[in-house]
Amino acid sequence: MQKTCIKDLEKLKSIAKEVRKDIIRMTGNAGSGHPGGSLSCVEILITLFFKIMRHDPKNPKWEDRDRFILSKGHAAPALYAVLAQSGYIDKKELLTLRKIGSRLQGHPDKRFLDILEVSTGSLGQGLSVGVGIALAGKIDKKDYRVYVLIGDGESQEGQIWEAAMFSSFHKLDNLCAIMDYNKFQLDGKISEILDIEPVIKKWESFGWKVFEVDGHSFEELIEAFNEAKNIKGKPQIIIAHTIKGKGVSFMEGNNHFHGRAPNKEEEKRALEEIGEDL
Amino acid sequence: MREWKLGKPTREAYGETLLEIGEENKDVVVLDADLSKSTYTFLFGNKFPDRFFNFGIAEANMVSAAAGLATSGKIPFCSSFACFMINKAYEQIKIGIAGSKLNVKFVASHAGICVGEDGFTQQSVEDIALMSTFPNFVIVAPADEFATRWAVKECIKHNGPVYIRTQRPKAPIIYNENTEFVWGKTKTLEDGEDVTIISYGMTLHIALDAHDELLKKGIKAKVIDFYTIKPLDEETLLKAARETKGIVVIEEHLLNGGLGSMIARFLAEKKPCKVRFIGLNDTYGESGTPKELFEKFGLTAQNIIKKVEEIIKDD
Repeated sequence: MQKTCIKDLEKLKSIAKEVRKDIIRMTGNAGSGHPGGSLSCVEILITLFFKIMRHDPKNPKWEDRDRFILSKGHAAPALYAVLAQSGYIDKKELLTLRKIGSRLQGHPDKRFLDILEVSTGSLGQGLSVGVGIALAGKIDKKDYRVYVLIGDGESQEGQIWEAAMFSSFHKLDNLCAIMDYNKFQLDGKISEILDIEPVIKKWESFGWKVFEVDGHSFEELIEAFNEAKNIKGKPQIIIAHTIKGKGVSFMEGNNHFHGRAPNKEEEKRALEEIGEDL
Repeated sequence: MREWKLGKPTREAYGETLLEIGEENKDVVVLDADLSKSTYTFLFGNKFPDRFFNFGIAEANMVSAAAGLATSGKIPFCSSFACFMINKAYEQIKIGIAGSKLNVKFVASHAGICVGEDGFTQQSVEDIALMSTFPNFVIVAPADEFATRWAVKECIKHNGPVYIRTQRPKAPIIYNENTEFVWGKTKTLEDGEDVTIISYGMTLHIALDAHDELLKKGIKAKVIDFYTIKPLDEETLLKAARETKGIVVIEEHLLNGGLGSMIARFLAEKKPCKVRFIGLNDTYGESGTPKELFEKFGLTAQNIIKKVEEIIKDD
């Protein structure tokens, strides 16, 4: 496997900083939102949009595009920031997050932002939507791939396992899920509320090819996604170990910021900490 | 009383019509959740196995996947029993289809208490209440096989979500292959200036029976088939409210959230008039033959006549 060159990695890291700052500014400005679970999936989203997916911001409805679904819809700020970095939306629009009339609704809303495949925000449903798109790809003999980002707490939903069972039975090798395993859900630690372990064995027993990576390592993510592309006859899932609130010391592993925006002072501190572009 | 010839169940007419539209339109895909032999989607599955997906007993996954298929240009028809598909996947319909403005057709069978012996868990008496909460959904409740064939063919021309309500038993034949229906409208089957009787589905023929009995008493009833439940045919309702002394709505559904409640809400604001309701009043169905259940829950011509006489007496 070709290693990602250093220059590329530096660029991705620089984009990650920008995206993290945008998440802080957007949620800070909105006065609400979910910074914790947005910050944890930054590298995953950037890897997909800048290194893995075949897509064209100038032609968002391109029939052969790879599809992405943010099943953990509360990470909308991260998605919007990455869409802005990719050129789908104007960066100036980011600060309209959660405001009346904005295309950037609190959770992704296709009625307002048509480049989305579907609206999300009720956990458990996105993987099934991915199943439908993957089926359509098979019917039409298209070679696009479908990427679905799910949460770890989201895996407590029964529908996830309905989709998991269906996908392997139908050999949907054009479907790739990513689990943002930041170890927390709204009410606390997943291991204390309803543990999802042994999560790798669960997915394997459901017939999926499982990859396990450091979800903040671009190199590991790129390698896993590229390997996943070559898997035949099986859907794939990348279990990405992440840190909730990653990139801001006082947010990391602090579930206080699951569903609370930084106040003005916290916003300032966070932006300083993330720092300037490389 | 008229002699009612029993035709095919509306669910069977649906399955047969799917074959026709599947032949004509290659974007049609059909999804079922292990009830294809009851919903008759197996006919499509046998003919077009590449465009038929049996999701097993997993309605939520089926409905969300339909959203995914629709985003990719397919026209998914989702089928199961009404009680399972709608109630179990209610939120999946809300977010994936209604809240994403996608073109998915839901055709459920086993609506109403005419399911019969299987009992209340298999009978949906709340499907219209639930489906009517979704913005922009068109709801069609055909009364016989001919109305069903028309609805299934026509719904594909409508770019947007549709719910077609089908039922289990053989349905009395009211129409024929030449009957003309209009998308989004209703059909006045009998004209009369005294009262109006409104119904749909398996109770429509009962409304026609009541019409005939009333005529013997010198009461002329207008009978309207509200095969389109949503959007509400306001023009026809206003006309009925103006031209007759009152309206009786009979339906195989809970009174709360049924067609009667939608009609009452509209008329209360636009043209208040006397309205009487026949349906399930804050209760569920049970086991029995459809006929026994209709009698037990008052879905009878005699009950319609009683309500009509109340309206006329109060006048």
